[in-house]
Amino acid sequence: MSTSKQEQESGIKNPNPKIVLFLCRWCSGKGADLAGTSRLNYPPNVLPIMVNCTSRIDPRFIVEAFLDGADGVLVTGCHFGDCHYKTGNYKAYRRLSLVAKLLKQVGVNPKRFRLTWISATEATKFVKVTTEMVEDLKKLPPYWSDENGGNSDE
Amino acid sequence: MEVIVMNKLKVAVALGATCAGCDVAILDLNEKILDVIEIVDFVFWPTAMDFKLDDLKALKDGEVDVGLYHGAIGTEEDEEIAKILRKKSKIVVAFGACANFGGIPSLTNMPYESKMFDVVYKESPSTSNPEGTLPQKETEIEGTKLTLPGIRKRADSLNSVIDVDYYVPGCPPMVPLIEQVVDVLRVFVEKGTLPPKGAVIAGQDTLCKECGRTKPETISYKEFVSPQEVKEIDPDLCLLSQGILCLGPATRSGCGALCTKMNVGCRGCLGPTDKVDDHGLKMISALTSLLEVEHEEEYTEEDFDKLLEKIPDPLGTFYRFTYGVSMISKLHPDKEE
Amino acid sequence: MKKEMDEKKKVGVFVCHCGRNIAQTVDIEKLMEKVREKYDVELVEDNMYMCSDPGQNLLKESIQAKNLNRVIVAACSRDMHEPTFRSAAQEAGLNPYLVEIANIREQVSWVHDDKEKATEKASKIIGSTIEKVIRDEPLEPLKIPVVQRALVIGGGIAGIQAALDIADAGYEVTLVEKSPTIGGHMAQLAETFPTLDCSQCILTPKMVAVSRHPKINLLTTSEVVSVDGYVGNFKVQIRKNPRYVDVDKCNLCDDCTAVCPVVVHDEYNQSLSPRKAIYIPFPQAVPASYVIDEETCLGIDPLICSKCKDVCLVEAINFDMQPEIIEEEFGAIIVATGYDTYPIENIGEYGYGAHPDIISGLDFERLLSANGPTQGVIRRPSDGKVPKTVVFVHCAGSRDPAKHLPYCSKICCMYSTKHALQYKHLVHDGTAINFYIDVRTAGKDYEEFYKRAAEEEKVIYVRGKVSEIIEDGDQLLVKAVDTLLGEAVEVHADLVVLATGLVPSKGTQEISHLLKLSCDSKGFLKEAHPKLKPVESALSGIFIAGTASGPKDIPETVSQASGAAAKAATILASEFLEREPQIAQVDPTTCGLCHTCINVCPYGAIYLDEGVGRITVREALCEGCGSCAAACPSGSIELKNSTSEGIRARIKALLQG
Repeated sequence: MSTSKQEQESGIKNPNPKIVLFLCRWCSGKGADLAGTSRLNYPPNVLPIMVNCTSRIDPRFIVEAFLDGADGVLVTGCHFGDCHYKTGNYKAYRRLSLVAKLLKQVGVNPKRFRLTWISATEATKFVKVTTEMVEDLKKLPPYWSDENGGNSDE
Repeated sequence: MEVIVMNKLKVAVALGATCAGCDVAILDLNEKILDVIEIVDFVFWPTAMDFKLDDLKALKDGEVDVGLYHGAIGTEEDEEIAKILRKKSKIVVAFGACANFGGIPSLTNMPYESKMFDVVYKESPSTSNPEGTLPQKETEIEGTKLTLPGIRKRADSLNSVIDVDYYVPGCPPMVPLIEQVVDVLRVFVEKGTLPPKGAVIAGQDTLCKECGRTKPETISYKEFVSPQEVKEIDPDLCLLSQGILCLGPATRSGCGALCTKMNVGCRGCLGPTDKVDDHGLKMISALTSLLEVEHEEEYTEEDFDKLLEKIPDPLGTFYRFTYGVSMISKLHPDKEE
Repeated sequence: MKKEMDEKKKVGVFVCHCGRNIAQTVDIEKLMEKVREKYDVELVEDNMYMCSDPGQNLLKESIQAKNLNRVIVAACSRDMHEPTFRSAAQEAGLNPYLVEIANIREQVSWVHDDKEKATEKASKIIGSTIEKVIRDEPLEPLKIPVVQRALVIGGGIAGIQAALDIADAGYEVTLVEKSPTIGGHMAQLAETFPTLDCSQCILTPKMVAVSRHPKINLLTTSEVVSVDGYVGNFKVQIRKNPRYVDVDKCNLCDDCTAVCPVVVHDEYNQSLSPRKAIYIPFPQAVPASYVIDEETCLGIDPLICSKCKDVCLVEAINFDMQPEIIEEEFGAIIVATGYDTYPIENIGEYGYGAHPDIISGLDFERLLSANGPTQGVIRRPSDGKVPKTVVFVHCAGSRDPAKHLPYCSKICCMYSTKHALQYKHLVHDGTAINFYIDVRTAGKDYEEFYKRAAEEEKVIYVRGKVSEIIEDGDQLLVKAVDTLLGEAVEVHADLVVLATGLVPSKGTQEISHLLKLSCDSKGFLKEAHPKLKPVESALSGIFIAGTASGPKDIPETVSQASGAAAKAATILASEFLEREPQIAQVDPTTCGLCHTCINVCPYGAIYLDEGVGRITVREALCEGCGSCAAACPSGSIELKNSTSEGIRARIKALLQG
């Protein structure tokens, strides 16, 4: 999608980034729901998939999201100590941190992959994180555009 | 597949971007090669016998019963040879880690690969190339045109350029695996039956079962150590539980666990099981899950970050052989800002 | 099952308007059109309020009319009405686990304002949910049979109360205690704060109730040796150590102690007095019987002395008793293994416990007790004189992260106040000085108790830590500081009582290893949640009561005991436990037995079944988090109705659908 002159001037390279959001069913899922019941507002670029726990997230889901066309991936879970399944988030943190390192090694901009903790009451944090990420990704070209050096034919 | 074999099987061994370790591996059968010769006739094997590419081209289409190809598809010539082999063979087998997964040559597919030529021919410390000469596909010397095969943009696995019937992984496939292949050929000769197309001729499960080392009640290590850093490697205990990096849990069995028996952690050259598409990501998931898992509740994010700093080069470590077919390799680098 | 999974999936999508909650932002008509166009669904319907009766009827009728075998309700969050729609579907004959919720309210209509984009996002979410529901298998909740018997480990006040409550509720209970009598530390106390009730008087009726209760099987001198199994089905081995005295024959005549030649320290009296190798811990011990101390008796292998046996008229003594290991099954376990006190031998600044007149709080309790070494008269252990000045040191070895216990043990201020008060009652002209950092009186009537000690009984409270206690002639020189006056203070005391804090008992440490219960950094057992699950452990079916999980006073201990008993009774109340069936499954063909899953599971739900050589998931323990599925390096574990392939399809549908 080409950007308008106005958008280019404001530094927008991708007006409609697609972000896949993995949220856990417990703390962060309830936090996201609370954003809804509180009628807070965030951009619709965030596409949710709910899993029972962030520890369900196999690293390949992250890579697959990018390969399927995502511009960014966001993972939200419970804070350390709050995990409904006791220690799932510790494992998720370790796994996804090394995946983030790997993604950086292959040259994916670190802004495209974020892991954050949201408690069931942190609706405003949820809104802040999603809104910020959309804004950040608008300033990067779409992940699969030609001008970004990425081309699914290669 | 119906093939009625009256005589010996005609076998061709073709090579791509290879180190020839796979050829040596076949010869490692030692005296058992004599059993192989009883049922097999090598009609093309340049490394071991005096054959040239023209000999392969001269064969009739489909004349070769089993064509083995080892090495990655690195140059345009490798691709050409693969296609010729496919034409001339009833059955094509991807032999060795390079043909199966792209192998070590596929590590050059890392991002910014255009820099590969710069690094190899200009920047490396032991290179003296003041004129910056780079290899060319064509040049003229005293009126004669000489050509070199072009280097492809990516070093790929065999099945990315031709249809492959069977896979024998390993770097190289070790004798126990080659014996399995010989058994398959023997059954084919005697009964005319073959495994289902696309089968991987190795174990279906992973190395831990074959390795035989004992698993302790808890596996939870703090950091990885090189074998030489360990005062005394316990010969009976699982290597991973001693902090020695071993990709055995994620890697197919079938090689006889030769490396772990020698106190060396498995490097994953047999690739993943049928269920896993990306070998490295799965191993990363398993290894980080076990990192300090017994004490994980006492850790903060910063503590974990420090631990993870000690894991060197995830790409080189976990994708040594399988980068070529990995999902990760399909990602492209963001343009540098 | 395969036939059911192979048949064509007929998906029904039901879109809820939720009044204007969803309809205001999401264009329902357009959404339904998109879904019909893009996805392979049997029908798409809408309703003002799907959760209402008409909405649910629409659901049920459609399932039956169109033979739907998969249902999606696009409405509010699954937390709101997933059970509602699942029940409705079940009533219409559809397995409830084939119903999925697509949240298009909390996560779409209520948070976005661009109508077009919101509708597009809703469509994508539905598409993603379709990918999940067509892969869902019909499931039945798991039924785990329950052994309707409980085990209580530890016979102090917590264990006693828990056992009584469970037995009164009608269930069989086995109470295991490793010492020869139940009662624990509470039996060593003289009076309890703030009521100054005689501890034995309120405790012994409960001890007797335990011994009499038809549903309580009391095993003293016994220890738990191994625990296997899981909630509803614990298999426990208990070793009954020999008492060498027949409980049923012993008539407490006391003829044996008179002739026993062995004299050792009496643990009940904190080693302040002696006992014989054959003894009764205290007169009100339950069971009411003597016991022989195996370590010091001279009659047990080899038989050197048998004087007690010779004089025992009822022939209750038997030197040949052997330990016996029994195996029993229980549905629930309560751990009530209590505390020990911080040893004063560790406190160098206060004399390493070497001086006889520097004693611990528990030692002082024995001096106060009528059945104690001094028959309830306060005497100095060194010379038996009645002390005229007693210093009570609060926080001895507590609140000291540098050298001793970093934490506060909650009860020491109260018991020191009690000790000072009791001392003043007994020695009217005595001086009691309490050196404190803070006076923590956070319970019911505790503040009043402290005021009484300070104002009525004239106990002197000095705010300041005692830095050193040294011998000075036949007195003790206590060096401290008065922080409120800003002056150094020195007191010559006849007796010093160190208020030491509580530490996990040795039994607690042992049991935590056996049961694989996690402990906190101080060694106390860890609750499942410090605020909301104070009597549950992380392991299903195992509960914790009393000081095993941290310092607390008697009312809190008794409350926890009753709470744990109620929780245990909940398990025992049914013949079967029902559990959600979305659990992990292992495919043995690719499994290499690497044990990663075993180590990753937070519930210990996975184990290697050595008999069949396979990794197996204990259905009763798996909670369905999926950590094993993500960690498994060979891709051999999947979660029912949440497979990797399914999640991949859902991701694709979100981005490309």
